[in-house]
Amino acid sequence: MQDLLYFSQQLINGLTIGSAYALIAIGYTMVYGIIGMINFAHGEIYMIGAYTALIAITGLTALGIAWLPLVLVVALVCAILVSSSMGWAVERVAYRPVRGRHRLIPLISAIGMSIFLQNYMHLAQGSRNVGFPILIEGGFNFGSDGAFQMSLSYMQITIFVTTLICMTVLSTFISRSRTGRACRAVSQDLGMANLLGIDTNRIISATFIIGAALAAVAGLLLGMYYGSVDPLFGFIAGLKAFTAAVLGGIGSIPGAMLGGLILGIAESMTSGYLSGEYKDVISFSLLILILLFKPTGLLGKPEVEKI
Amino acid sequence: MLEIQNLAMRFGGLLAVDGVSLDVQEREIHSIIGPNGAGKTTVFNCMSGFYKPSGGKIIFQGKEIQGKPDYKISRMGMVRTFQHVRLFTQMSVVENLLVAQHRHLNTNLLAGLVKTPNYRERERKSLDRAAYWLERIGMLDQANVDAGNLSYGQQRRLEIARCMVTKPQLLMLDEPAAGLNPAETLELNQLIVSLKEDYSVSVVLIEHDMNLVMDISDRITVINQGRPLASGTPQEVRANKDVIKAYLGEA
Repeated sequence: MQDLLYFSQQLINGLTIGSAYALIAIGYTMVYGIIGMINFAHGEIYMIGAYTALIAITGLTALGIAWLPLVLVVALVCAILVSSSMGWAVERVAYRPVRGRHRLIPLISAIGMSIFLQNYMHLAQGSRNVGFPILIEGGFNFGSDGAFQMSLSYMQITIFVTTLICMTVLSTFISRSRTGRACRAVSQDLGMANLLGIDTNRIISATFIIGAALAAVAGLLLGMYYGSVDPLFGFIAGLKAFTAAVLGGIGSIPGAMLGGLILGIAESMTSGYLSGEYKDVISFSLLILILLFKPTGLLGKPEVEKI
Repeated sequence: MLEIQNLAMRFGGLLAVDGVSLDVQEREIHSIIGPNGAGKTTVFNCMSGFYKPSGGKIIFQGKEIQGKPDYKISRMGMVRTFQHVRLFTQMSVVENLLVAQHRHLNTNLLAGLVKTPNYRERERKSLDRAAYWLERIGMLDQANVDAGNLSYGQQRRLEIARCMVTKPQLLMLDEPAAGLNPAETLELNQLIVSLKEDYSVSVVLIEHDMNLVMDISDRITVINQGRPLASGTPQEVRANKDVIKAYLGEA
């Protein structure tokens, strides 16, 4: 019984962190699916989302508004607006001018953008980490007193439910809406989509905006979960989410969701049964193994060589 | 409606197309034929904006279009197909037709989210149009099949339908009968003629299948080694000595 509770606890922790990874990973995978580049500044977009949410929460508290649903909604909306505009702007400024060149050029541009945004945050918000107010407290506890207690906090439930809602909305959007249809067409054959009259630049912008919005949601959630943010907040999370995207098969949206969850669970199991220090070792070893035996990722499709 | 004057295309030291002229009337099927490597597809690529021609003029409905980007030309109403089928293979047949009408139902994202009556109306119209063309090419019962799972002949016809839903004035078909069996070629043949007869579209056709070309063309331009060789009705071209020489070699 004790063992089962302990295992469930790790599973819950893993699902929580994994679903947040999945939210960020979608931004990587959608952009790769459409223009075949890795947007290394995506982690910074997520970090900016977390900061914006924090600023919004602080502002509302200063104004004396403390009604939790309102605070959360306002913080979420602000984070989404700011991150989406950043996502859009980054594409316009750093990627569109170099699109269609050698693949390395947009990649370097993305790394540059990432460094720029990190350092901008250092200057604007200071380089020390800033505390994030704990807004959602409490939770359920299972197990008897005096022995191991499994806890499921309301925060974890919030993260999981929010992610689930975002994923459902995104899937419906991609498979049902007109813009979603155009997104799929552009990701399959950009040139042809352009010839058929689809404004591909707009679709590419839309992809960046959607990815950034989801990253902003993750920023708010993980900011509250960890209880602090700093300018390097996006670096590791971005790297993990990128790993999740590759694990699931880069370019595939269900792949990013699956990859995120697997990575999250792998990490929490390692922390729970081995040691917290080994979690990165295990998650990146997992990545290497997947790349060795299934280079396209779990749900990725092999790129068919055109003859 | 389309006039090409003295088109030239140079790749480095190679003059792939030199002095080709062509004019296509309203409601005409105009074929470009010639031996392999004659420069037919190069002419096509210049017309559709894939290449920027090194010389000459291309005039479509009174406007010079040479050197314009491909998507602008296609939006003016000159739409092409490729030698290799380029459908969205992971999307269903009907989605292929819907996505091609994206531009014609230009409503914004917000209207799509709240599904305004206007949005629904346009969405319904584009679905009607897709259904119409599916029926026209005899593929209504395959509407929800992934385009990648269709037979080759069906993919060819779907590609033409996808061009047609964009309401073009001029259709450029690059070897549409390549890889088709005789029955499929016949179906294609009828389809192309009906595009002209029923929808007043002009068609420029590159084709190797001589039977198809001779059957349906109103006029034919023959190109050999990048240069124009002959031009005229199928009868005139068939009787032309230079053409016979180019195809059969010196006697």
